[in-house]
Formats: sequence, structure tokens, C-alpha cells
Amino acid sequence: MPALFHFSSTPQSHQMSDSDASTPLPETAVELRAVTFGYGDRVILENISLVVPRGRVVALMGTSGGGKTTVLRLIGRQIKPSSGQVLVNGQDIATLDADGLQAARRRMGMLFQFGALFTDLSVFENVAFPLREHTQLPESILRDLVLMKLNAVGLRGARDLMPSEVSGGMSRRVALARAMALDPELMLYDEPFAGLDPISMGIAARLIRELNDTMGLTSIVVSHDVEETFLIADHVVLLANGRIVAQGTPAEMRVSEDPLVKQFVHAAPDGPVRFHYPAAEAGHDFGVRG
Amino acid sequence: MIKWLNPVVVGQATRMKLADMGYSARLFLRLLSTLGPTLRRPRLLSEQIFFLGNYSLAIIVVSGLFVGFVLGLQGYYILQRYGSSEALGLMVALSLVRELGPVVSALLFAGRAGTALTAGIGLMKAGEQLTAMEMMAVDPIQRVLAPRFWGGVIAMPLLGAVFSAVGILGGWLVGVVMIGVDEGAFWSQMQNGVEVWADVGNGMLKSVVFGLTVTFVALLQGYECQPTPEGVSLATTRTVVMASLAVLAFDFVLTAMMFSI
Amino acid sequence: MQKSKHDVWVGLFVLIGAAAILFLALKAGNLLTLSFDTGYTVVARFDNIGGLKRQAAVKSAGVVVGRVQSITFDTKSYQAQVELALNKGVAFPKDTSAKILTAGLLGEQYIGLEPGYGETNLVAGDTIKSTQSAIVLENLISQFLYSKAAEGSGGKEGQK
Repeated sequence: MPALFHFSSTPQSHQMSDSDASTPLPETAVELRAVTFGYGDRVILENISLVVPRGRVVALMGTSGGGKTTVLRLIGRQIKPSSGQVLVNGQDIATLDADGLQAARRRMGMLFQFGALFTDLSVFENVAFPLREHTQLPESILRDLVLMKLNAVGLRGARDLMPSEVSGGMSRRVALARAMALDPELMLYDEPFAGLDPISMGIAARLIRELNDTMGLTSIVVSHDVEETFLIADHVVLLANGRIVAQGTPAEMRVSEDPLVKQFVHAAPDGPVRFHYPAAEAGHDFGVRG
Repeated sequence: MIKWLNPVVVGQATRMKLADMGYSARLFLRLLSTLGPTLRRPRLLSEQIFFLGNYSLAIIVVSGLFVGFVLGLQGYYILQRYGSSEALGLMVALSLVRELGPVVSALLFAGRAGTALTAGIGLMKAGEQLTAMEMMAVDPIQRVLAPRFWGGVIAMPLLGAVFSAVGILGGWLVGVVMIGVDEGAFWSQMQNGVEVWADVGNGMLKSVVFGLTVTFVALLQGYECQPTPEGVSLATTRTVVMASLAVLAFDFVLTAMMFSI
Repeated sequence: MQKSKHDVWVGLFVLIGAAAILFLALKAGNLLTLSFDTGYTVVARFDNIGGLKRQAAVKSAGVVVGRVQSITFDTKSYQAQVELALNKGVAFPKDTSAKILTAGLLGEQYIGLEPGYGETNLVAGDTIKSTQSAIVLENLISQFLYSKAAEGSGGKEGQK
């Protein structure tokens, strides 16, 4: 794909000094080892083991409620697994203290389903937020950085608009610029294509792929959208009922013989995932004797 | 009905209520500990004081004036029966400074600023803004809740004082200007009878306690609400109800402790 | 902020603290009389109790030795029956007298006990025999007026 977008990286000098800025990063960006998670009796994820190699775009797909967003929340440590380990850059994030967690989160960026922009701040201020909170950059440099990030997503001209004045697709792009403000190594995307028109979807897909390649990121994309996701993903993981039912490259998934994968990829209405919600016999409900 | 009396259900419900109380207490202590960092970012704090204080000023002044009018009127009717209408100034001032100022302004604050706080935070929660902040390694309690908390605590006593002051003026307008009570007696009896520390000071202390209560209840309801539109609206009504009841309950406890014979 | 396992205990602690504050407030405001010492109750009958109320003090030599427990109307003798709850450590002889007095000029009314000279003491359930009713202002004034009138006419008669 031709590179449409020009990205620029935030200068290294301002980044919080991490001792491993000089040591090479582990091959595996994220790993889930036998992770189980649930609320009380409800089990959402059961014995999930998953490896996300550095520099790749991995797609997490599956039926609604299958546990995809839960995986993202586990990686960001908004929730803790009931058992198993979640490793980010080789570190078990459940064991991190408050400072360690802060440092780990600064190296991740997360894009929420509808952007989650701060409604009381302008587009410019939204993107500037992480920079203001975590760095002491002088105003002029901060301004340039913010404008560069906005330019990368094509919204430099929208800098003074408020989130309420901006369309859905645009607000997601602003959120992307904000998530990228501190140049994270890992990007997490929660349903980036949900509710977008075809043009915006195309833009979003290309941005995800090109950002990943140009900036050397690792990306995890949670999505239902088979077509767009298959275009950009290196590896696809299919989750259903809290378990991994299949994984592979998009090409492998397309030709898979597994009934659930087939139903999902070809969007068939009935298959392993039933059309009818469990109910009594039709004859019973409609008073017809069979 | 029988299910309601089931000991297991009652036990679990009690446990849940206690756990909620414990959680609220921990959040309150956490907010109290944010004073230092909040003072280091005075811009955020002053924004909130403006939002909570200045915007409430209109309703506080108008209400204070009307309460003062009523006090002047009713006070005159009652006192003149015993030939003590000269004490009107003292009566109006003490009623306002000791009780009505702190309490009524707190109730108005709960209705106006409290609901705004709850709705604001609730909507931020519903829009995943607080989670987004967490993922950007910014503590939402420090960045969002703390400035609002301290803003409310600072604004409340000031609003209470404005209420009392405007109320006294209202009492003067009705008593002296309209009815004709002796102006000299009005002010001199007030000055002799109202004690700075015992009356005004205690009234201010009440306002501070109410400020802590109302702001905390508003923030708690917003922070813990269900992130849906119904959840937010339920939370705002809860704020008004719980904050008002808490203010009245604390008023009783504080009055008993401060003004007991 | 995360929910913690200890929340239930913290909640219990808060509840106990709140109860303690409420208790203190009620005590300070003198609204609660939870006396933990067991005293004894005696009865006294008055023609007129004036403005005496429940919880009014019972004093002897100016010191509070108990409280008025209840005030009822005795339909047999048409008198007011007052139950006095006296503190445990104070003992009064059987011929003690009870008067209704006023604190200050326009203050609250209380019961003053004047000990007698008897050998045996009052026990729970005993009745104080000698009592003096409250002074009613109207009776006092009419008494005064009549005595003045009587003086006046008596003087005139004397002069005749």
C-alpha cells in the first residue's frame, strides 16, 4: 500500500528516561499465559494463551461478548486475571507497583470505541493532554508536536474545534493522535471501525497499518469487521465463549474448514453460533400439535 | 415478602451496604489526601471554584434576600407581641448565622452545583473518558475529582457567608425600611448579641462540614454511577436526596455539640 | 479506585464511629438520659405542680439528687402524682418534705427536698407525705388584693 500519511516521531530527548531505552525490547510484545477471568460465577475468558510478536498487527475477532475487549482491559491492567499471567514486554503487569504501572501505561496507547475525547477540551487540548500531564515541554515545542500528530491523522486544520463539533470518524482520528502523543510502543484498538462510513473505515484501516509499520509499533485490533481487518492484520485470533477457537493468517482463516470460522468469515446466519435463542419447541409456543 | 425476610438475603444485603460504606470512606480519605497535589495546580482548582461558586452566586443571593425578608417579617410579628421588636436585628442575625445561612445555602448548593458535578462526572464515565485517562497513566481521582472536591469545600463557606450577609440586609430592608423598627436598635442589639467565635465561627464551621459532605456525595454518585443515561439521571437525583438528608442530619449533630447549654 | 476485600470492615468501623458521634451529640444536648446507675423511685402528691415537667431536676441543698420521672393525675384524690427517680447513693428520711421551687425569677421549676429528722429512710415505692405546691401567680395576686381590701375596710371599720 502506498504510504499516504507522513508521521513524525516525538523527539527522544523529552521521553521519560527508561532504563531499557538502550536495551533491545523483547521479541514478544504481549503474552497471555493460561489467563482466566470472570465475575463471580460467570467465566468470560477461560485458559487463554496468546502471543503477540513485536511489530505485528494482531486482530482479535469473535462474537459479541466473547471476551475480546476483556483481553484489552487485561493488557492495560484495568482488570486483573483470576489466574494466569499477562506479560507486557516480558513483565508480569499484575505484579507492578503504582509507579511501574504508570510507566508501563505510558508505553501503551489505547483507542476507545467512540474516541473517548475529553468533551470540555478542544481538539488541540485533547491531543496536548498527555504531553501536558507527563512532560514539562515549553509551550512552543508542545504546540509543534501536537500539530504534527494532528497532521499525521489529517486533522491539523481542526485543531480549535470542540469534540461536539466533530464527526464520529474525525473524533476517532483525534483520539488516535492523542493515543500516539507520547509515542507508545504498543497500540490497542477497541473496535476502531464500528459505526464508520466506508471512506472513514478505509482511512482508519490504512492509518493503523501504516502507523504500525512506520513507527515500529505492535498493534492489537479488536474488531468484528472481517473485510477491513483482514486487509491489515498479520495474524488473526478468533475468540468464542471465552476460548480461542482458531488462529492464523487472514489467508488461512479464509480457507479454514472449521465450521465456526467458516460461519464467521462468510457471515453465515446459522452455524455453530445458532440463529435462534434457546427456546421451547415452536409448536409448543404457537399451540400447534405436530 | 417472605423472600425479603430471608436471613441469607438480609445478611448479604447488609454486607453489601457495609462494603459500600467502607468504599465511600476510603474514597473520602483518598480525596482528603489530594490536598497537596491539588494546591500545586491552582489553575484547575480556580476553574472549579469559579464553576461551583460563581455560578451558584445568583441563586444564593436571591434566596438569601427572600429568606431575610421572611425572617424580618415573621420575626417582627412574633417579637412585637412581647414588646421586643427592638431585638429584630439580633434575631435575624442569629437565625441566619447559626442555622439558616449554612443549611439553606448547602441545600441550594446540593441542588445546583451538586447535580452539575454528578452529571458531569457521570457523563465522563459513560463516555469512557475516565478510563481513557487511566490508560494514559493519569489518575482520574487526582486530575478530575480532586479539584472539584476542594473547589466545593472552598466555595461552600463563602456562599454560606454571602447568604447570611444578604439575609441580614433583607431583614434590615423589611424591618427597618418598610416596617419602621428603630435602625439603631436593629444594628446595636445585633452587634452586642452576636459573638464572633461562638456564632459566626461555628456557622462557618458548619458550612465547611456541609461543603465536604455535599461535594463528596455529588462526586461519589457520579464516579460510581452506571455508565448509561438512566444511570446518570438516577445518580443526580440520589445526589440531591442524599446530600440534603446528610446536611440536615449533620446540622443536628453539630448544633447539639456547638450550641448546647 | 478499586473495591477492596476490607471494605466491609471499614464500613463497620464508619458505622460505629457515626453512632458514637450521634451518642455524644445527644448527650451533650442533654437529650438522652441513659443513666447506668440504678436508683430508686418515690412518689409525691401535689395540689398544683405549676410548670413542673418530666426530667425536671430534684434538688436538695441545691444539688441535683434525681429527676422527675413521670407526672400523672390521681383520679381518687384529685391531686397530681409525681414519681421522683432518686440517685442510688442518696438516702432521705421518711419525713422528708418536697416543695416545688422556681430557678431564678422566671426560670424552670424543680423539686426541692428538705430532709426530715426520722430514723428510717425512704425506700423504693414510698410516698413523701409532706408536700408544698407550686406558687401560682394569679392566686398570689388575688390573695394580695383581698388582703389589701380587707385591710382597707377593716381600717375604716376600726376608725368608725
